[in-house]
Amino acid sequence: MDVTGLLIVVGKVLFITFVVLNFGAIMTWAERKQAALIQDRIGPNRINIGGFKLLGLIQPIADGIKMIMKEDFIPAGAHKLYHTLAPAIAMFPALVGLAVIPFGPSFDAGGRHIDLQVANLDVGILFVLAVSSLGVYGIALAGWASNNKYSLLGTVRATAQMISYEIPMGLSIIGIVMTYGTLELNKIVDLQGEYFRLGGIGVLPKWGIFYQPLGFILLFTALIAETKRTPFDLPEGESELVAGYNVEYSGMKWGMFFLGEFASIVVVSALIATLYLGGWQVPYVHLTALPVLPRILLGLISFFGKVVVLCFLQLLIRWTLPRFRYDQLMDLGWKRLLPLAIVNVPITAVWLWVLGGFKLG
Amino acid sequence: MNPYLPVLVTFAAAFAVIGMFLFFCHAFGPKQTSKIKSDPFECGNPPSGPAHDRFAVRFYIVAMLFLLFDIEVVFLYPWAILFRDLGGLGIAEMSFFLVLLVGGLAYVWWRGALEWE
Repeated sequence: MDVTGLLIVVGKVLFITFVVLNFGAIMTWAERKQAALIQDRIGPNRINIGGFKLLGLIQPIADGIKMIMKEDFIPAGAHKLYHTLAPAIAMFPALVGLAVIPFGPSFDAGGRHIDLQVANLDVGILFVLAVSSLGVYGIALAGWASNNKYSLLGTVRATAQMISYEIPMGLSIIGIVMTYGTLELNKIVDLQGEYFRLGGIGVLPKWGIFYQPLGFILLFTALIAETKRTPFDLPEGESELVAGYNVEYSGMKWGMFFLGEFASIVVVSALIATLYLGGWQVPYVHLTALPVLPRILLGLISFFGKVVVLCFLQLLIRWTLPRFRYDQLMDLGWKRLLPLAIVNVPITAVWLWVLGGFKLG
Repeated sequence: MNPYLPVLVTFAAAFAVIGMFLFFCHAFGPKQTSKIKSDPFECGNPPSGPAHDRFAVRFYIVAMLFLLFDIEVVFLYPWAILFRDLGGLGIAEMSFFLVLLVGGLAYVWWRGALEWE
């Protein structure tokens, strides 16, 4: 029974849970502040503790307290267990998704080799795909259990949207798997530390985005659609179906849907940063050659910096673009992203064949 | 140590967080049920018709198509990992498989199953 090993694992799990919950809460603040600045206003600025305003960063705490104090309300005729279970299932993928993502370089300390990755699974990416597909169950259950026909319609549309965008998601990740030849995320990040060489000098790091620019755009779009962010937020569009599948939820249960959505922004950003932007790698800096402490610090700053930039990008997209109509949304998923994603596979195969000097096998 | 043990710990942490949220929900709010509050929400109208009414068959078709294409993606994954070892013959075979499925997508598109969603 390897007690120290188990403690290290528990420490890492607590770290990522802490990161997800806090980033989720800060995202709610960042969304409102960023929306406000884009729309030329100020955003939340009334909240203060003893006169210290802190730019409204205390707002998420106030919102949390408000949501906890609301009534835990189950409409008549609703199935009690499913009504309670649905937000739990919807929030679950966001909390668990970061488990296989390497957030820093590995190092040796006290005779042990420690990876800054909670679970070094041999199926890496497939775990993230599997867990994110569980989110669909939460949505489906929410609408069904609410005993409200508009909620049901909202759910059915949301579910159809989510499953339509799962296929381009899976196909884009195939491009990355072909490029790096492995499903394990820590190996993919390690391989992104190498460089394309021009005359012996490393010119460009071998990041996924340089191998797969089309795949990056496809995956980013599919993930934004999967997490139901604008411009794909028809299921929870405020002007349609009131709040869609959320309409019969109040208080902390609604808060769980809400927090789950914002936490999944963070998981999406982490996934894209790992697959396409080099994870914790810093371009042109060979992190594994540095001593332990600067290595960990640089790696963590690099990874979380990329995550923050991608979150900012998603919020920017939300507050810039108008919402898609439902038929436009399904058109995009089935008629544009899916054919492009399918075409991406043989193009990648040929591209890798050419890059590998016309050699395979 | 089994590599899936940290996954179990992560699941346990997720359940703990969810359990905490549900507990807060239950423990801290007031409980004042009333008949009108418990009715399904229809923007003020009294609820009409059954709650689990019928919806368009298009959604069922989308689900079936998703199933087919997802199985295709599942078949692509092992090939993608062993892609370099399988060489040109592997690419040719997988291209044939993709052509069959693209043919299926084209047929579905032509027959209008992807319209007016």
